[in-house]
Amino acid sequence: MNKPLEHAVHAPKRVSREESAGFDRRTIDYIQNAAAHGLYEIRGLGAKRRVPHFDDLVFLGASVTRYPLEGYREKCHTKTVLGTRFAKKPVELAIPITFAGMSFGSLSARVKEALGRAASELGTSTTTGDGGMTQEERRSSKTLVYQCLPSRYGFNPDDLRKADAIEVVVGQGAKPGGGGMLLGQKINPRVAKMRTLPEGIDQRSACRHPDWTGPDDLVIKIQELREITDWQVPIYVKVGATRVYNDVKLAVHAGADVVVVDGMQGGTAATQTAFIEHVGIPTLAALRQAVEALEEMDMRGKVQLVISGGIRTGADVAKALAMGADAVSVGQGALFAMGCNHDSYWQDGAWHSAEAGYEQLGTAPGFCHHCHTGRCPVGITTQDPLLELRLDPARGAAHLKNYFKTMNMELTTLARACGKSNVHHLEREDLVALTLEAAAMAKLPLAGTNWIPGAGGL
Amino acid sequence: MEKTFDLAGGSVRDLNQFLHTGLAQSSVSRVEVANPNGAHSIAVGVDHPVDIQVRGHGGYYVGGMNKQATITVHGNVGWGVAENMMSGLVRVKGFASESAGASGHGGTLVVEGDASLRCGISMKGIDIVVGGSVGNYSAFMAQAGHLVICGDAGEGLGDSLYEAVIYVRGRIRSLGADAQEEPMTDADYLKVDELLKRAGFSHNPTEFKRVASARQLYHWNADADQEY
Repeated sequence: MNKPLEHAVHAPKRVSREESAGFDRRTIDYIQNAAAHGLYEIRGLGAKRRVPHFDDLVFLGASVTRYPLEGYREKCHTKTVLGTRFAKKPVELAIPITFAGMSFGSLSARVKEALGRAASELGTSTTTGDGGMTQEERRSSKTLVYQCLPSRYGFNPDDLRKADAIEVVVGQGAKPGGGGMLLGQKINPRVAKMRTLPEGIDQRSACRHPDWTGPDDLVIKIQELREITDWQVPIYVKVGATRVYNDVKLAVHAGADVVVVDGMQGGTAATQTAFIEHVGIPTLAALRQAVEALEEMDMRGKVQLVISGGIRTGADVAKALAMGADAVSVGQGALFAMGCNHDSYWQDGAWHSAEAGYEQLGTAPGFCHHCHTGRCPVGITTQDPLLELRLDPARGAAHLKNYFKTMNMELTTLARACGKSNVHHLEREDLVALTLEAAAMAKLPLAGTNWIPGAGGL
Repeated sequence: MEKTFDLAGGSVRDLNQFLHTGLAQSSVSRVEVANPNGAHSIAVGVDHPVDIQVRGHGGYYVGGMNKQATITVHGNVGWGVAENMMSGLVRVKGFASESAGASGHGGTLVVEGDASLRCGISMKGIDIVVGGSVGNYSAFMAQAGHLVICGDAGEGLGDSLYEAVIYVRGRIRSLGADAQEEPMTDADYLKVDELLKRAGFSHNPTEFKRVASARQLYHWNADADQEY
């Protein structure tokens, strides 16, 4: 019989930490939370799991056969025009980076104002959201995209006529197939009035439009919106990334000027975690399918493509443009720029710790996704009259402007390195993939090879 | 003064363009629309107190997003008549297809015949009076306003209702989640009487039942077993 070695017998007590791959700590926590509450988790922001993304691509840059442009001396244009197909007044932007639709309700009116101010100073657009147009954001935004959503909360012809573009929202990357949610703590008197809802209810908005279903109806709906606005402004169609190839073709067929595709990493203010993590396809795969659909219809450059869902950096923007997007939309990045998940907030000329606020929510800076609670410790995703003061609109706008300017500089840096005097000249040929998954989804060669998984077969 | 648009030769675009920009500067107080032939988006986005007479059938979204105008359709209409109306009056002499008055914020929609599925879906303050019956899932998620049904209602009436109130004269095939029948009060009789008069119907208000929200879905409830 084997005897344990003497030194093992006297060793300090060992704690086993053999984690299960299937039932890891996250899963155990999920099960115990479900068991305790009998209700699924609802949270904000986007998918947290790792999926193939723009990080899995790299630019090839200049070489013997491609010469670069000088970083500071040679111009690299970023002007972007959206809605050239039917609208009398297309949207003209100074940069191809726009602010994604986020509602007043999910965000405070002060945050909406900050977004509008920053967008105007940057020469880009901002977008309303599921809750109507506030005067603050209309006043502060030079170019404002007005969303037409299934709920039609606060939707009215006066605001429609004030819009610079209209976005018919079919779906959202965080929850394709799901309607909006806004929990009672955020339905304050003003939000309730704008949405024609009783104060303090847990709002579940519709997932389908009330007056049209399917692509043939969408043709007629878009025509109606054009008639109401006398064919002046572009009409975008936004889809959550699922059957992107077909959806883009149908949106183009329906008469969209611009198609917005929102990948699964796209954010939300409140959605079931199961939905956020398990419905939709990654932005990378969605973008490639959207571009293919446009190319097959000979609509590249005629119908513009805006991609969103997890765009964080200038490199992300550059890669999206190289793959065929005309512009990108940024939502969560804008929130982080204003201080979302920061440990402190700036108020009355001084920094204050927000740690206690995170602790009350049972989270910590860097991990918070509690937008749905309305108790945002840094005053962004809240309707609380005291909390919202933690975000100063002018300061928020300044941060947003810095963030977008940084991304734009990164974008032009990469474009110049690839020898492009216009960011819209970036092309697929400039990119390769680092992983098999990204290569297959983006249909780009694996770095150092000519191999595109699945190309020419399957 | 009266102005006629004949859609047999002219276009809906010209009609709407006039209603949006030419009308306010003109002395026209009545617009005749001849030969609509089921065209979509007739008289949408009007914001002027004008009398519009549509002499025939309309397609989708007749009177969509209307403000102030009084629009009469001497025929049937397709989906979404008076969708998102803010104020004014839209009257359909015939039948209305799906989603009549969808997400309407104000004004009055009268359908003299029947209205199909989802009549009054997501309504937000509009008053709708239907002379005949309505199809399934009418007043789905209706938030505010009144839906008066002089005939029968289909399945799932008032599913996920908020604060809108429904009055039904005939039979209700079934109520939707969170909708309940409630006793009529004096205020209800007065309201029904007023709405019937506005619509030009002569029924007795005492023949109507009231359906409103039980308000059980206003807050998350883990014990509801997804029965909603």
